Amino acid sequence: MPDVVVIGAGVVGAACAYYAARAGLDVVVVDRGPVAGGTTGAGEGNVLVSDKEPGPELDLALLSNGLWRELAEFDGFEFEPKGGLVVAETGEVLEALTGLAGKQGVEHTVVPSGGLDDYEPHLAQGFAGGVFYPQDAQVQPMLAAARLIRRGADRFGRGTLMLRTGVTVTGFLRDGDRIGGVTTDHGDILAGAVVNAAGTWGGEVAAMAGVHVPVLPRRGFILVTEPFDEPLIRHKVYTAAYVTNVASDSEGLETSAVVEGTPSGPVLIGASRERVGFDRTVSVPVLERLARQAVELFPALADRRAIRAYCGFRPYCPDHLPVIGEDPRAPGLHHACGHEGAGIGLAPATGHLIAQTLAGHRPDLDLTPFRPDRFEERR
Amino acid sequence: MNQPYDLVRARPEPEFEISVDGAPVPVIPGQTIGAALHGAGIRSWRTTRIGARPRGLFCGIGVCFDCLVTVNGSPSLRACLTEARPGDRVSTGARAGQDGPGGRPGDGGGHGTDGGKTVNGR
Amino acid sequence: MKPRYDLAVIGAGPAGVAGALTASFAGLDVVLIDAAPRPGGQYFRHLPQGFNAQAPGALHHGLDGFTRQWETLRARADVLLGHKVWAVERAEGTVTVRCLEGDREERPRTVTARGLLIATGAHDRPLPFPGWDLPGVLTAGGAQALLKGNLVVAGRKVVVAGTGPFLLPVAAGLAGAGADVRGVYEANGRLGLARHPLLAAGKAGEALGYGATLARHRVPYRGRHAVIAAHGEDALTHVTVARLDSAWRPVSTRTVECDTLAYGYGFVPQLELPVQLGCATRADADGSPVVTVDGGLRTSVPGVYAAGESTGVGGAVLAEVEGRIAGRSAAADLGRRVPPLPRLSRRRERLAAFAKALLEAYPVRPGWQGWLRDDTLVCRCEEVPLSAVREAQDLGATDARSVKLLARPGMGWCQGRMCGYAVACLAGEDPAAPRRPIAQPIRLGDLAAPTRSPLEG
Ligand SMILES: Cc1cc2nc3c(=O)[nH]c(=O)nc-3n(C[C@H](O)[C@H](O)[C@H](O)COP(=O)(O)OP(=O)(O)OC[C@H]3O[C@@H](n4cnc5c(N)ncnc54)[C@H](O)[C@@H]3O)c2cc1C
Ligand SMILES: Cc1cc2nc3c(=O)[nH]c(=O)nc-3n(C[C@H](O)[C@H](O)[C@H](O)COP(=O)(O)OP(=O)(O)OC[C@H]3O[C@@H](n4cnc5c(N)ncnc54)[C@H](O)[C@@H]3O)c2cc1C
Ligand code: FES
Repeated sequence: MPDVVVIGAGVVGAACAYYAARAGLDVVVVDRGPVAGGTTGAGEGNVLVSDKEPGPELDLALLSNGLWRELAEFDGFEFEPKGGLVVAETGEVLEALTGLAGKQGVEHTVVPSGGLDDYEPHLAQGFAGGVFYPQDAQVQPMLAAARLIRRGADRFGRGTLMLRTGVTVTGFLRDGDRIGGVTTDHGDILAGAVVNAAGTWGGEVAAMAGVHVPVLPRRGFILVTEPFDEPLIRHKVYTAAYVTNVASDSEGLETSAVVEGTPSGPVLIGASRERVGFDRTVSVPVLERLARQAVELFPALADRRAIRAYCGFRPYCPDHLPVIGEDPRAPGLHHACGHEGAGIGLAPATGHLIAQTLAGHRPDLDLTPFRPDRFEERR
Repeated sequence: MNQPYDLVRARPEPEFEISVDGAPVPVIPGQTIGAALHGAGIRSWRTTRIGARPRGLFCGIGVCFDCLVTVNGSPSLRACLTEARPGDRVSTGARAGQDGPGGRPGDGGGHGTDGGKTVNGR
Repeated sequence: MKPRYDLAVIGAGPAGVAGALTASFAGLDVVLIDAAPRPGGQYFRHLPQGFNAQAPGALHHGLDGFTRQWETLRARADVLLGHKVWAVERAEGTVTVRCLEGDREERPRTVTARGLLIATGAHDRPLPFPGWDLPGVLTAGGAQALLKGNLVVAGRKVVVAGTGPFLLPVAAGLAGAGADVRGVYEANGRLGLARHPLLAAGKAGEALGYGATLARHRVPYRGRHAVIAAHGEDALTHVTVARLDSAWRPVSTRTVECDTLAYGYGFVPQLELPVQLGCATRADADGSPVVTVDGGLRTSVPGVYAAGESTGVGGAVLAEVEGRIAGRSAAADLGRRVPPLPRLSRRRERLAAFAKALLEAYPVRPGWQGWLRDDTLVCRCEEVPLSAVREAQDLGATDARSVKLLARPGMGWCQGRMCGYAVACLAGEDPAAPRRPIAQPIRLGDLAAPTRSPLEG
């Protein structure tokens, strides 16, 4: 019998499994699909500290950033510590931006208008300046998830970390009050504890255990360009409007393109944010807006082609914070879901903290802001 | 003998030239850049990003994107879809495959019994 | 140009032209859109004016009939040639068709209509094998397009290989145009020209014609043979031809010298536009996704019709019949009086049954996977070798999509059009309907600018 069953082989589940195995626990990861086939397969791979307001999410992001750098030694998932450049359209915005950077307490450099060229030679003229965040980085999220599971198995033993794809969790097993495993379409799996890393479907999984965790989809489109022979864009580049969008509560469409090159050649332009349920219908106006913003940042992109667009559904909670920790309403069930547009960046810290609680250690960060039952009082 | 021309009893208009990495290639009005190159015995005009493999026409109908060229500075055009215009300057960004077997422009290599130049020169 | 048409038709092949004309005769305001500069689609691909061809029909059976339809249509409907459709949307009973006009300048154009007929045809289905990306290796359809559309003979010494009845017209066309066709290698059993299935569809004349041409040029036609490797430094110099067992495993091999290989293992219907609209799809007899239609060629989305290869690969004659039925349905659904024509439906059923029989007679057998070596590219664009696909599977990629996410086959320029079928086979599944929100590459500058209708010039 494994110590832990992790539901979900996305980047968050992979990180939970990796750190739990590292903590000496026997882990089985189950996913109804393949590895990284959920939202992780539709994300962009930004590992950002620059876009977060001071508070619990930034603390999580900073912890995670350091852990990504450690994990990068595994190689094989295109980790690029390239840094992020946030640009401001006006002097007023620049002031707000530098103000935020000061409050964040994150490593940064304020870049005057004339200095932007040194960072991004192809950036449009006319920006008032920007802030450079050297800690911002990038990973290829699908490979990261797959390799974390594989490295965990290689390192800690294949008996210690097992991946089972094509297994759908259908309910929970109980041991008195405690959760003691899962039922699946391929039989029951008894375990000492269960981790709900089902991403956007984390609310459904929680409901199977009779607990309410409100995780909802927030759609995002990403535009992908033709491959470039020579990189046109060196860092992650976005406008200050992004920061306000991320935190927004609006139902409507918001776009503020993060533009970046990738080791495989294409430039990624993403992503939009809309709440439209699980609707995959192409939205041309969304693609147009992303393109417009990208060309406004990098006029040289106008002549290059978009060859692909894809969409995914970020798992978000009403207060825009993830759910991390054991559920007092269902002891033995630990949640690690609802990371919205930052699950890739926040995965290692989440996995690390979950492993600490699973092993009965005090977590490095206070998990109170992420408590699974925090939505009860609002119901 | 120029069998395809005889087959349809073609009386082609006078050919014009385009330049491909500086070398002239003859075109019958209406032909695509890809067809003109292939017809002139040029089988590859691009190398791949990763393995530097030579590429030319594959699908011939605009779906494989192997045949990409830059025309008059405009990048990433599908040669098999792009109709040649007099004076077009085609740059391939790579060796034009002119050293491959049957790959010299105008020698008719790989063009069937009717060499590219001869056919187009009717 | 009109602000809104009754029916937009995408595709000027036999299906689209017949559909547009039928709808127009039934009283609809029709616009026909095609990416190509000339009508005809794949089968009736036209030569450019510049050739002044006096006998263009020598390259096609039934060209006269098509040309008559085309001329009539041009006088009755609006025709937008050289317009690549990159996206279609539908809201509140109106379809918006987003196009790029021109083969290099590419001006964005928008067309709106109440109904839409999708007749976008198919492209070749190549299988990967060692050396398939050498210059000189072409798809069978590509060789045909060079000849029909440009009067260029694909090569001097040509091998034709793959499976399906389409290999015959390709080989006959090349031989008739002067190429030395070194052999036609049909991977499935050679049914014998006399018993060739084309005969059953009343296309005896056509099949015999190809057979006679091949015999006249002494072109060997071998069943249970395939090209399993292509060789050459920078271009093709020779191929390895293998005799196959019934599962397509090589039994013995030999070398054939050639400068060109024209090959194909059937066709892949182009479904990105119907998928964008949310039209339901199904797996055809060969596992290929095709648009699900009712007897009137209506898709699952109201006001959207599909005809020709999009509903299942069946050739030009079936395509035309389907186009006519779809045009009639579109008119009827918009309230025009269209008397029933059961004859047409029966004809379609007969032809479709025959098409299904052909797909079943020329399947792709799994043994081709054994032709690949570790370093054989599966994906040409992203240069993904078989070993990388296997590694992704070992990491937990259990379907084609996750193989793509981990190893990148299908992520490049062609968006999986060339490798999608093979990757699905390697992942052990039927190919899924393609999700391509961008059906044709579009410059970011054009995407960023507000699109204009043709009205606005
Ligand atoms: C367009 C877009 C761009 C983004 N960009 C970024 C970015 O740049 N940086 C960043 O950090 N984040 C980004 N994100 C967010 C990020 O992708 C997600 O937060 C993250 O992938 C969530 O990972 P996960 O492992 O929690 O969920 P998932 O990857 O969705 O994994 C959950 C898994 O659970 C499985 N599952 C669900 N139910 C069951 C069941 N009953 N039984 C078995 N298995 C089940 C699913 O199959 C799935 O594989 C982006 C998201 C989108 C949509
Ligand atoms: C390269 C090739 C060559 C072929 N040659 C022959 C042959 O010689 N003999 C034979 O019997 N069969 C041939 N076929 C088989 C062919 O599919 C059918 O015979 C027949 O042409 C199908 O008719 P259709 O109307 O369904 O589609 P098609 O004739 O394929 O017409 C589809 C049309 O839609 C247009 N189109 C597609 N997508 C878009 C878009 N996004 N925007 C705008 N326009 C678009 C295309 O340009 C094309 O003109 C060939 C197939 C291919 C792929
Ligand atoms: S040859 Fe395939 S796109 Fe031109």
